[in-house]
Amino acid sequence: MDMPLPNPLILSRKARIVDRLLAILPRDAVIDAPAETRAYECDGLTAYRCPPLAAVLPRTTAEVSAILRLCHEEGVPVVPRGSGTSLAGGALPTADCVILGVARMNGVLETDYANRFIRVQSGRTNLSVTGAVETDGFFYAPDPSSQLACAIAGNIAMNSGGAHCLKYGVTTNNLLGVTVVLMDGSVLQIGGAHLDPGGLDLLGVICGSEGQLGVVTEATLRILPKPEGARPVLIGFSSNEVAGACVSDIIKAGVLPVAIEFMDRPCIRACEAFARAGYPDCEALLIVEVEGSDAEIDEQLALIRAIALRHDPVEVRESRSEDESKRIWLGRKSAFGAMGQINDYMCLDGTIPVSALPFVLRRIGEMSRSYGLDVANVFHAGDGNMHPLILFDANKPGDLELCEALGADILKLCVEVGGCLTGEHGVGIEKRDLMSVQFTPDDMEAQLRVKDVFDPGWLLNPAKVFPLDVTQTRRSA
Amino acid sequence: MIKLRPADEAELSAVLRDRTAPLRIRGGGTRTLWFGKAAEVLDCSALSGITLYEPGALTLVAGAGTPLEEVERVLAAEGQRLPFEVPDQRGVLGTTGTSTLGGVVAANASGPRRLQAGACRDSLIGVRFVDGTGMVVKNGGRVMKNVTGYDLVKLLAGSHGTLGVLTEVSFKLLPVPDASATLVLHGLDDLSAVQAMSAALGSPFEVTGAAHWPGAGTFLRIEGFAESVAYRSGQLARLLAPFGSAEALNADDTARQWQAIRDVAPFHGQPGDVWKLSVKPSDAPGLVARLPADAVLYDWGGGLVWVRIAPGTDLRARLGTFEGHATLIRAEAAVIPVFQPQPAPLAALAAGLRARFDPRGILNPGLMG
Repeated sequence: MDMPLPNPLILSRKARIVDRLLAILPRDAVIDAPAETRAYECDGLTAYRCPPLAAVLPRTTAEVSAILRLCHEEGVPVVPRGSGTSLAGGALPTADCVILGVARMNGVLETDYANRFIRVQSGRTNLSVTGAVETDGFFYAPDPSSQLACAIAGNIAMNSGGAHCLKYGVTTNNLLGVTVVLMDGSVLQIGGAHLDPGGLDLLGVICGSEGQLGVVTEATLRILPKPEGARPVLIGFSSNEVAGACVSDIIKAGVLPVAIEFMDRPCIRACEAFARAGYPDCEALLIVEVEGSDAEIDEQLALIRAIALRHDPVEVRESRSEDESKRIWLGRKSAFGAMGQINDYMCLDGTIPVSALPFVLRRIGEMSRSYGLDVANVFHAGDGNMHPLILFDANKPGDLELCEALGADILKLCVEVGGCLTGEHGVGIEKRDLMSVQFTPDDMEAQLRVKDVFDPGWLLNPAKVFPLDVTQTRRSA
Repeated sequence: MIKLRPADEAELSAVLRDRTAPLRIRGGGTRTLWFGKAAEVLDCSALSGITLYEPGALTLVAGAGTPLEEVERVLAAEGQRLPFEVPDQRGVLGTTGTSTLGGVVAANASGPRRLQAGACRDSLIGVRFVDGTGMVVKNGGRVMKNVTGYDLVKLLAGSHGTLGVLTEVSFKLLPVPDASATLVLHGLDDLSAVQAMSAALGSPFEVTGAAHWPGAGTFLRIEGFAESVAYRSGQLARLLAPFGSAEALNADDTARQWQAIRDVAPFHGQPGDVWKLSVKPSDAPGLVARLPADAVLYDWGGGLVWVRIAPGTDLRARLGTFEGHATLIRAEAAVIPVFQPQPAPLAALAAGLRARFDPRGILNPGLMG
């Protein structure tokens, strides 16, 4: 993975830059000792590491503005960071950058049930947004797997999804407004408690821009009344194809489950060995969850069961209680932990049209055999967002490179069948060099122009998202 | 007036590459108020046709010039629909013709179900467009979850043709539910009506429409499987008992009523300017009280207010400072800007984007700024 060479002029000015940061921030908000900047050397993509020049931990929008103005004057790149859980390297530093972490900005600013929104500082964790409103019967819908740790700032940067977005949408569909600070320090309010913009949808393009357009410090989020209840059904099949066909039939039938999760045999076995959730030993397994009152849930589950029975399932197990629901989800929720116990793994995130599921799973199997690396599949089947987990041995020379090559081939396959490189994790550095598989130079040029407008100096998270050769001229201008 | 009608994307690109004079981009010509600079019309109706429809994946891809009616017919045959309940503005604007998908997207046109199913921009999963230099760009795609690169799909939705001319659009769809019902509360003033709608929308009963039509009633819609609709209507009526006893409409009356709300039927054939306000719902009654309005209609639980008012009234001046925005939908003359003027830093970003996507200023110049 190439990263731009650090600018020696910036490295040589470290003392001056740190002094200036200390002039606008309390001592405990500036981290510059080499032993301490190491804490910020990577995010969830731990294969790549590089300590930053310094890290700053502001507490207010005014401090963020002052930091960015200063870095703008000094020509120092800034890498924004939420909780550092990115699986795509979105918060990976360069040696000449300042990491701007929003973790200390985690307050709730306003809760409004009559108008169904909450306004929070962006460092607040995803789960604690729901935590702030759940006793009053509300929740915040997007639920990335890392929701205990990940920050709203990172969710907005990556437009994060989750298992339940089939019904409720991803971050962009639940984001009403932001306070965002541009690289020159200017503070903008975009959107708010009302719906939809009066002019161009700047909020829509900021969401998912991977921290390259501005630093979001506050967010207005849509909150929803909690459903009366929710229960899953687990369905086992003798082949991936049949499970894929069943997903399609459920969707066509007019049921709108909140989640349809898919696991293949390697994944089922690993989870079973790890969590002992009592899953059937079969080729493919679906977990379908529906919501409503007890009677409504029964009605929907009966319909799903009837559809599933047409596909000759190995097993259909409806949850009848909270305890049974937990057991059904247990294996799925421990999938990543189970894999981690077996091996090092790389988690991919491509999306494909649901109709291409059987073909893509078959091709991944073939590729896995030809590379000699095992691949387990666990993913959000309702919306085609796949998470193939490639197992490799980080201590074996060449295995990481082999794993990355297989990962790239799988993502190219996703694009070939009409899908995309990333459904919810973001591009970061991980998929940066594959962007030209999905986009023409003109497609990318249109995106780069947006950054030119928001950050003309290309100082915000500059080495991410787009291939380095594509952004070279702009970054060095 | 001379009309340009490119046959396909390549021809459109050739037209725009060499173009220096302003163009007025036209889909079906049914919804946008035009006070921009006098210009030749660029007619997009030839960019028509459904290119992909996969009911099992809830996905549709079609040319931007495809008539909305054609799309709705094809989807209905499979028991599916566009989730955001596209409003028909012909009645309010007195326009004729056929709305196109591209026009719907360019206006981010969304009806009553917006408050539950999201706006047009939330169902839009991919676009192809040609910018003001003739450059062909695609963004998004045909899958529901896609965070690859910047989301220009959202940027193009509601851009009213000022950043590029749409050639193809992709949507995620929803199944048409089995059943629907509407509860009507009578005799509520605007303030109580918004409170009743808030109570309903804060309940777990999944209200998919909440509108207040002064004089006619306060309407709450529920959709889904038949037994579920019956159950939730009952629960909702109980919850709303403090606001009065609710009358229940059957499925046919429900469909008629929500079409009337969606298309702002009470304003059809009535004189005056028409405005659309997007506000925080609980602010709506207080804002309306500041206006010498001839008629109002609240949708989106109060978050959207349609206002009919004497011609030439500067509604924004009457409202003063408020959170949200006001858009002029119908007027006889170009006295007042159509779109809410933005704070300077936001206006600068928007102008910067337009300057890069349309450097010669040929795409609907003057419409948005």
